[in-house]
Amino acid sequence: MSNAANTVTTSHQVECPECGASVRFARAPLAGEVTRCTGCRAELEVTSLSPLRVELAPEVQEDWGE
Amino acid sequence: MRIALLHSRIRIEERLLIDALTSRNIDHDVIDLREQTFDIHEPGRWTDYDAAIDRCISQTHALAATRVIERFGVPTINPASVIEACGDKLTTSLLLARDGVPTPRVRVALDEAAALAAIEHIGYPCVLKPTTGSWGRLLARINDRDAAEAIIEHKSTLGSVAHSVFYVQEYVDKPQRDLRVFVVGTQAICGISRQSDHWITNTARGGRAGALTITRDIADISARAARSVAGESGGLLAIDLLECPRRGLLVSEINHTMEFRNSIEPTGVDIPGRMIDWVIERARAGAEAAAGVSA
Repeated sequence: MSNAANTVTTSHQVECPECGASVRFARAPLAGEVTRCTGCRAELEVTSLSPLRVELAPEVQEDWGE
Repeated sequence: MRIALLHSRIRIEERLLIDALTSRNIDHDVIDLREQTFDIHEPGRWTDYDAAIDRCISQTHALAATRVIERFGVPTINPASVIEACGDKLTTSLLLARDGVPTPRVRVALDEAAALAAIEHIGYPCVLKPTTGSWGRLLARINDRDAAEAIIEHKSTLGSVAHSVFYVQEYVDKPQRDLRVFVVGTQAICGISRQSDHWITNTARGGRAGALTITRDIADISARAARSVAGESGGLLAIDLLECPRRGLLVSEINHTMEFRNSIEPTGVDIPGRMIDWVIERARAGAEAAAGVSA
């Protein structure tokens, strides 16, 4: 699989750009929302709502946190 | 009333905060700071907001954005001064020490040889921490001089410039757990214990959350810590406490963008709801103060 963003397959469901598994959102996602693929554990970020699209979330930076 | 929720990603915490705003019928906008540009001479739509909640995951970005938005006259929660105080462990320690709030002993050095001297002065074991960062990343427990020399060399060679400030903290021989207290304003609303077989007990590193009874001592030290970094009105803060066998409760760290997803169930407290209620209260107070000034 490439790092390319993938588009919607069904409502609130999208293909993981890393492993191709189906990623389902329990409710309508928000732009910027992060989730984890249950197939490969990759962290994904919603980059588009219409069409629904996710990309690999940015790597953790040094100053990230609480 | 209109509230801005600033973010750089929507995690479970941000979702819950948005839900709390929605359930209270508060007009709000969810704003991704990565997409913003600020004209520092022209506030534009920012003055439409009665308050802005900072939930940005990058401390650097949060600090920059809140400085600008505050300059526009919009209260930010937490304010830039609190982000500055909590986002840098040295600043946190300095404020706690200034106010006599019990905290582990800390020495700071700016050079490799001085860092070794600071470590030897604190004694083994001790803990070397980056002054910025979170989730238990890059913490090192140093058990002997060999480890000290190795870690100092690694930080000097491989680390960013931020790692040239050596923050050395005494190791507190805590009972396989630390305590996290959630503070709204200056009130400890609930807390958890974080149990781990590892000396790093962050839940991000596998620490298990359990219920914690807020005793008078816990409430008192938490309120003092909140005032130390956020002034008399306090803030939305997660305060990490260590139980020192000799000195009792010590404030280890204070977090200004607290994560609470794993703490709602064990505490039974609606943490996001309590946070939003406080934000509304602060926004109303700010609006009334502004009206009083203009009247």
